[in-house]
Amino acid sequence: MALPTYAGPLERSWYYAFRIICAAIFVFLIAPILIIIPLSFNAEPYFTFTRAMLTFDPDGYSLRWYEDFWNSTSWMASIRNSFIIAIGATIVSTSLGTLAALGLSRSHMPFRAAIMGVLISPMIVPLIISAAGMFFFYSKINMAQTYLGIILAHAALGTPFVVITVTATLSGFDHSLTRAAASLGADPTTTFFKVTMPLILPGVISGALFAFITSFDEVVIVLFLAGVEQRTIPREMWSGIRESISPTILAVASILIAISVLLLLSLELLRRRNERLRGIVES
Amino acid sequence: MAQATIAQTDAVTSSGSMITASGEPLKVSLARAERRKRLTAFFLVVPLLIFILITFIIPIGDMALNSVRNPEVVTYLPRTADAIQEWDGQGLPDEVVFEALVEDLREGMGTPAIGRVGARLNYEKSGMRSTMQRAGRAARQLEPPYRETLVERDATWGEPGTWRVIQRESSPFTLSYFIAALDRTYDDEGNIVQVREDQRIYVQLFIRTFMLSLVITALTLLLGFPIAYLMAHQPARIANLLMILVLLPFWTSLLVRTSSWIVMLQQQGVLNDLMVLVGLIGDDGRLLMVYNQTGTIVAMTHILLPFMVLPLYSVMKTIPPSYMRAARSLGANQWTAFWRIYVPQTTAGIGAGGVLVFIISIGYYITPALVGGQSGQMISNFIAFHMQRSLNWGLAAALGTILLAAVILLYYLYNRIIGVDRLKLG
Amino acid sequence: MTIQMKTGLLASAAMGALVATAAPVAAETSLTVVSWGGAYTASQQRAYHEPYMEQNPDVTIINDDGSANALAGLRAQSQAGNVTWDLVDMLPSDAQLACEEGLILQIDHDEMLAAAPDGTPASEDFLPGSLGDCFIPQIVYSTVLTFNTEMFPEDQQPSSIADLFDVENYPGRRALQDRPGTNLEWALYADGVHPDEIYDVLRTPEGVDRAFAKLDTIKDHLVFWTEGSQAPQLLADKEVAFSTGYNGRMFNAAEVEGQPFQIIWDGQVVEWDGWVVPAGGNNVEAVMDYLYWATDSQRLADQAKYISYGPARASSGELVSTHADLGIDMNPHMPTHPDNYQTPIILDNEFWTDYGDELRERFASWMLN
Repeated sequence: MALPTYAGPLERSWYYAFRIICAAIFVFLIAPILIIIPLSFNAEPYFTFTRAMLTFDPDGYSLRWYEDFWNSTSWMASIRNSFIIAIGATIVSTSLGTLAALGLSRSHMPFRAAIMGVLISPMIVPLIISAAGMFFFYSKINMAQTYLGIILAHAALGTPFVVITVTATLSGFDHSLTRAAASLGADPTTTFFKVTMPLILPGVISGALFAFITSFDEVVIVLFLAGVEQRTIPREMWSGIRESISPTILAVASILIAISVLLLLSLELLRRRNERLRGIVES
Repeated sequence: MAQATIAQTDAVTSSGSMITASGEPLKVSLARAERRKRLTAFFLVVPLLIFILITFIIPIGDMALNSVRNPEVVTYLPRTADAIQEWDGQGLPDEVVFEALVEDLREGMGTPAIGRVGARLNYEKSGMRSTMQRAGRAARQLEPPYRETLVERDATWGEPGTWRVIQRESSPFTLSYFIAALDRTYDDEGNIVQVREDQRIYVQLFIRTFMLSLVITALTLLLGFPIAYLMAHQPARIANLLMILVLLPFWTSLLVRTSSWIVMLQQQGVLNDLMVLVGLIGDDGRLLMVYNQTGTIVAMTHILLPFMVLPLYSVMKTIPPSYMRAARSLGANQWTAFWRIYVPQTTAGIGAGGVLVFIISIGYYITPALVGGQSGQMISNFIAFHMQRSLNWGLAAALGTILLAAVILLYYLYNRIIGVDRLKLG
Repeated sequence: MTIQMKTGLLASAAMGALVATAAPVAAETSLTVVSWGGAYTASQQRAYHEPYMEQNPDVTIINDDGSANALAGLRAQSQAGNVTWDLVDMLPSDAQLACEEGLILQIDHDEMLAAAPDGTPASEDFLPGSLGDCFIPQIVYSTVLTFNTEMFPEDQQPSSIADLFDVENYPGRRALQDRPGTNLEWALYADGVHPDEIYDVLRTPEGVDRAFAKLDTIKDHLVFWTEGSQAPQLLADKEVAFSTGYNGRMFNAAEVEGQPFQIIWDGQVVEWDGWVVPAGGNNVEAVMDYLYWATDSQRLADQAKYISYGPARASSGELVSTHADLGIDMNPHMPTHPDNYQTPIILDNEFWTDYGDELRERFASWMLN
């Protein structure tokens, strides 16, 4: 979007004004997230920058909120729970979702639109409604307040993401490759593991990452379904924010931001690998 | 798709009856292969389909049914429910009905029955809970004629309105919850009327939820359009870098982002401090930006902005720059070229992003609950309230069903206009 | 198909591993006790749970902060036939509803609870009117008006409920709880209704209108809190000048954290809070043993060492001593202390169970408009 040489002064100033506006919007997007990180090292129990922090006085900074977090049994239990539930949900939703995407991407799939509608529905229905429905139903069948119940509920929420990402990968999939493998004598299983799987793997992994983060970040279902033994990190944060907001929350938040940066980077790498493998030139 | 393949096989057979190596007509063999493929495709999808049906669709359907289910009176006052059918609604019912009630009460005392019926009827008429309890405790000592003795003990039994409520609710299904969800009620004659003005909540709340969602959608468009445009017109390397700035908030925990906004906006928060520091406002003039509607709007706009930017960006990337150049060379000034040539080509992206953001916002719960105060509450917050606090599960289900219907309608439109297959993530 | 089986196996193996890690490790009794969280659960932990676990090493007590939604939880668990809560701390009005619906066990007070040290049976030792069919009171608490002393000039400090409604002489924002209970009572009290007659007036539609009309006069100055801990937080942050709140939380903020708070005892709304035992729990016997011990006169008095709520037994009154950490005499901080108990409003649970549904909707509508 370089400025054309024939641009007049008005156009020229608009060009710079536009960039400034865009920069401001990016600040709006990023600043609230980044601001948390320095604040989590505040030595005082406040949510703003103290004078000591602004003058970079080392005494203004401390790790006390991280220590609080580390020494709290309920936060530690919530980490364990979050991982148990998110990993369980990811395994279920990735395996079921990938299979379904393989089926959906075949041209022979009957009732495709209707089935797609059903499979996508957990993503569309407002969480509060899903949570309410699951609360009644899972209570009836004795699954409320169990790990299994929450894992299954989160798996249901995660599958649409897996289906969408894997279907998208498969849409660029060159089916002549599997036919070539078959004509060279590979049986369908070998073809799948030697040809199809490596090619769609980036899609599967990014679907799995979506499913993982969906569960890892989910709180409404947990609010309704979880007992005290299944409290997750977002659930702890929820009560922390709602009751008395302490800077420990900011320490947890900073750690979660680090996790999301990691996830984002791995997704970006996957995307690049995927494009390279499929020979798509970046436009 | 299926049609196309069938047409293809037809073409093959009509060109002559081919025979496969096994001696079978090719048409039969192909049809079998076709069927097998369909079955394989179908069987691949079936596990997930069943899984979603059981863990998701059935629970939601079950909840939706709660909005019309009305088992209490029929189950716990069976004789009364039966006897009161004959009543014409004039004056008080006959002694038969009173006798049936007393019998039901005698049987129900000491079981949860009376508590459940009382709680149910109390939604329709305040005071029915304790009226039922008192009658239940007295039931054993009551002597016929029950009509006189009951009315004498508790004047509520002498009001025709009490009996109309019982008669109305003595069928296994009811519309009462939906009527309540629309700020309507039954008057003494049994007509559906609006509730008193100072008692109306939900219609207004639905309207507010829609308005807030519209404002948030408009704001995300306003903020999303320029940066999507900027990214679409940068070389890939810079665009990717900027994309990460959009995706980072997208991947950051919702609760983290919500707590950031509390930290930013509260009275002793970063923004107010900053404004006091530079002298924009006095220390006693700190602005209220959170725990009200402003808080909900700002935080939700931030949270939903990536959902607008991503579809806009993917559409903008496909618009050839030559169109704008052509318009300019034909004499359009920059603004005209942009407005008349560029913007119309982005409508698909605007539509996709707009509907997506709108659908997500009307069902939002967490952020309004944490930063919305009173004026920033949305319909979801009241569904949660009736689920957890007031325990009027029927009303919660009715409100939820209305919201669900709105979302499904929007989703249907979205699918018609854009197609769910084109939904892209990341 | 092989893939399907393989992933299926993988998933079920993983699930098995997860379920195994989730299951309780030891065979000992573990009691899930549901309470209000924060300083309140902490006081129970120190006064009851810890000493009890010390005496009974085979019992572990797990705290669950679910009391705010206790009735919903009890209903859901009873519907599922899977009662995971062993003991629940709840308000008498909710306990009454739960009892009528058969969700919690009936209590024979003299049979199941310890007598006073002088032999007075439990049914006579607990304060009059506090025992319910299924309800064992622990404490008397009150909802009080509190202000931040730094928000008002020294010669102009508020002292009564009427001052809450006087925005001219006592400017500043006010925080009320986001539900009608206690707010409507105070509106009428400030409007000149005698504490004993408040519920008679509220039972009439005109009385309710009168209460809302009084609330309208300060509506522009109001914010609302939901959780008990938000009230002292709002006051401490000077987001508001006045806040209503539970006296124990306010005591904690003022005395333990040293906040400049002053409690106004005028018109305090007094209520009980106590234990109920969910029906169908797995550890009823163990719970009953715990309850017998945890509700005796000394234990109830002990809780007052950690939080300023009054014990619900007459015989505990004289056993109330000093705060465990601060060493100050707790008696003047009790809602039931004669100096504080001049103009109490006794919360009428019968009224709120009957009219709560309707008034909550009206209050919600009022807050929205």
